[in-house]
Amino acid sequence: MPATLLVLGEVADGHLTKLSAEIAALARGLAASAGGQALGLVVDRAPDAAAGELAAHLPRVVSVALGPAADEAWAPHAAAEARRLVGEGATHVLAGVTNDGRDVAGLLCGALGWGILANASGAAWDGDALVVRATVLAGKAITRSTVEAPNAIVTVSPGAAEASPLAVAGSVESRSPVGQPVVPAAAVLDRVAEAGAAVSLEEAKVVVVGGRGVGGPEGFGLVDELAGLLGGVTGASRAAVDAGWIPYARQIGQTGKVVRPTLYLSLGVSGAMQHRAGMQGSEHIVAVNRDPDAPIAEIADLFVLGDLFEVGPALAAELRARRGG
Amino acid sequence: MRILVMTKPVPDPAANAERLGPDLRLDRAASPTVVNGNDEYGLEAALQLVEAHGGEVAILTMAPASGVETMRKALAMGALRGVLVSDDALAGADIPTTIRVLAAAAAIQEWDLLLGGLDTSDGAGGAVTAGVAARLGLPLLSAAAHIEPDEAARTVRVKRLSAKGYDLLEAPMPAVVSCTQALGTPRYPSLKGIMAARTRQITTLSLADLGADLAPADRQWPSRVLAVEPPPSRAAGRTVTGDPASQAREIADYLADRRII
Ligand SMILES: Cc1cc2nc3c(=O)[nH]c(=O)nc-3n(C[C@H](O)[C@H](O)[C@H](O)COP(=O)(O)OP(=O)(O)OC[C@H]3O[C@@H](n4cnc5c(N)ncnc54)[C@H](O)[C@@H]3O)c2cc1C
Ligand SMILES: Nc1ncnc2c1ncn2[C@@H]1O[C@H](COP(=O)(O)O)[C@@H](O)[C@H]1O
Repeated sequence: MPATLLVLGEVADGHLTKLSAEIAALARGLAASAGGQALGLVVDRAPDAAAGELAAHLPRVVSVALGPAADEAWAPHAAAEARRLVGEGATHVLAGVTNDGRDVAGLLCGALGWGILANASGAAWDGDALVVRATVLAGKAITRSTVEAPNAIVTVSPGAAEASPLAVAGSVESRSPVGQPVVPAAAVLDRVAEAGAAVSLEEAKVVVVGGRGVGGPEGFGLVDELAGLLGGVTGASRAAVDAGWIPYARQIGQTGKVVRPTLYLSLGVSGAMQHRAGMQGSEHIVAVNRDPDAPIAEIADLFVLGDLFEVGPALAAELRARRGG
Repeated sequence: MRILVMTKPVPDPAANAERLGPDLRLDRAASPTVVNGNDEYGLEAALQLVEAHGGEVAILTMAPASGVETMRKALAMGALRGVLVSDDALAGADIPTTIRVLAAAAAIQEWDLLLGGLDTSDGAGGAVTAGVAARLGLPLLSAAAHIEPDEAARTVRVKRLSAKGYDLLEAPMPAVVSCTQALGTPRYPSLKGIMAARTRQITTLSLADLGADLAPADRQWPSRVLAVEPPPSRAAGRTVTGDPASQAREIADYLADRRII
């Protein structure tokens, strides 16, 4: 039986995330080479805009407006909708490597008993079996893995495929919710945004990152200033987050966000493996560090050897001068 | 308050020696083993909760028999007892099997909260804790940055990390919580704790003890690693030295050449 690949769309601020569009491209490619189908699912309080955006990438999208369940944890409801589509013939479920995507993948794995291929950075068929590439062991190796079964759940990392809209957008079918979450859904009593978290790190073209070297919360003033001058967004290493200098939402790395900006500029980041896992796909890497042996020197295009409290302000002045002149 | 924490032994990330063996499975001999980081954050949160509310913390591990050594480290932090599921038939078990086994073992323990990690530092599947919640049919409060039970109301509140900050969730207990670094730094075991851990009980269960033959008859998991290769090396670039003003000019030139500014 040819494969039917189900793409779990995620919505941020009413719109489809970039990662979801990439997963759609991956699924469409896989469907085409298997003679199968790809379809999308958007589950949200107000899914219409995002469902339309997903239909720009997929021939068919199911859109579910949550109603009162929108004030409950999302994953148990999204997993229930995905399970309904599995009942209608979906053979593979693709979700993003995000907290929500992984929750749905885990819930479906428990509920369906399907195998999981985690953190895919690419995928292809070997006969009927899906084979995915993934970076494992804190970046030390890349594996190709498979589930030798007609069904699988795949979690997909950012950058696995390039989003490309269809010539003719697909159709959107609106449905009412299943109503019965996969597990009892927790109530959401409040949603709290932390200061400065409005801009998405993952979608930024320029990311300026502060590490332990910035010395304290004040040090992020310099990082923010450079980010502002470069039209970018501030990120952080885990050491800076664990120290409480900046919220977790800013963390880049294996246990934080994965970024692939045009420019990654860091101040006082050593470049540990777990940090690299979140930034080594950046197009250009510039790092300021006073230790010539810092591991980030191994991957930086420009390794600026010096004190960030001298180089940083000098760079801010230079950027201002060029802007003015 | 009874809390069961799922703790997985993983290669110590600090040793930086993780590798796959010739069978393309994790080479357990290549690296010293520790409790997975996120599980330790969960364990610390659990210990603080019983210190505040009374009760007991136990740990649950699925691992080869050598797993007891790593479990002692968790007991030394303050967990009172351990359950180890160990069976030759589980060598190389895949994620759905791990979920089934841990759910079956958790189901025969008594607890109000079951904690697991958001993900592991070796496999990084990030699916097992949610999968166990699904098998048990219990609420999942994931990506926890703070856990606050209300014993009288039999509910638990969790601050769940979101893309922008956090969501405040509430569910009835028993419930399953997945834990993150945002719960706070785990304690170091005291000497007293290390001594006490030596005599604390670790119960070992086989698959038969769990009352189910959970392994496929042919002992072949459908999930397999087919090939492994080193990560692509990214060539090191240029080192920029000199005084800060000239370094700043060089960075700006580099950015201008690439039309970033
Ligand atoms: C399971 C696991 C998951 C992890 N996940 C992540 C993750 O997602 N993201 C992450 O970032 N880390 C992660 N880590 C932590 C990681 O291993 C490192 O500990 C962390 O990245 C170090 O942060 P840092 O580079 O800011 O600090 P350090 O390693 O302390 O480096 C600070 C750097 O600043 C430089 N410096 C200091 N002062 C100055 C100055 N005045 N001028 C110039 N340079 C200066 C120093 O030379 C040094 O190189 C994880 C670890 C584990 C075990
Ligand atoms: N073999 C195991 N023994 C005990 N707990 C486990 C095991 N495997 C996974 N877990 C739990 O599930 C969490 C997520 O693991 P994973 O989905 O493998 O990334 C871990 O942080 C543990 O709490």
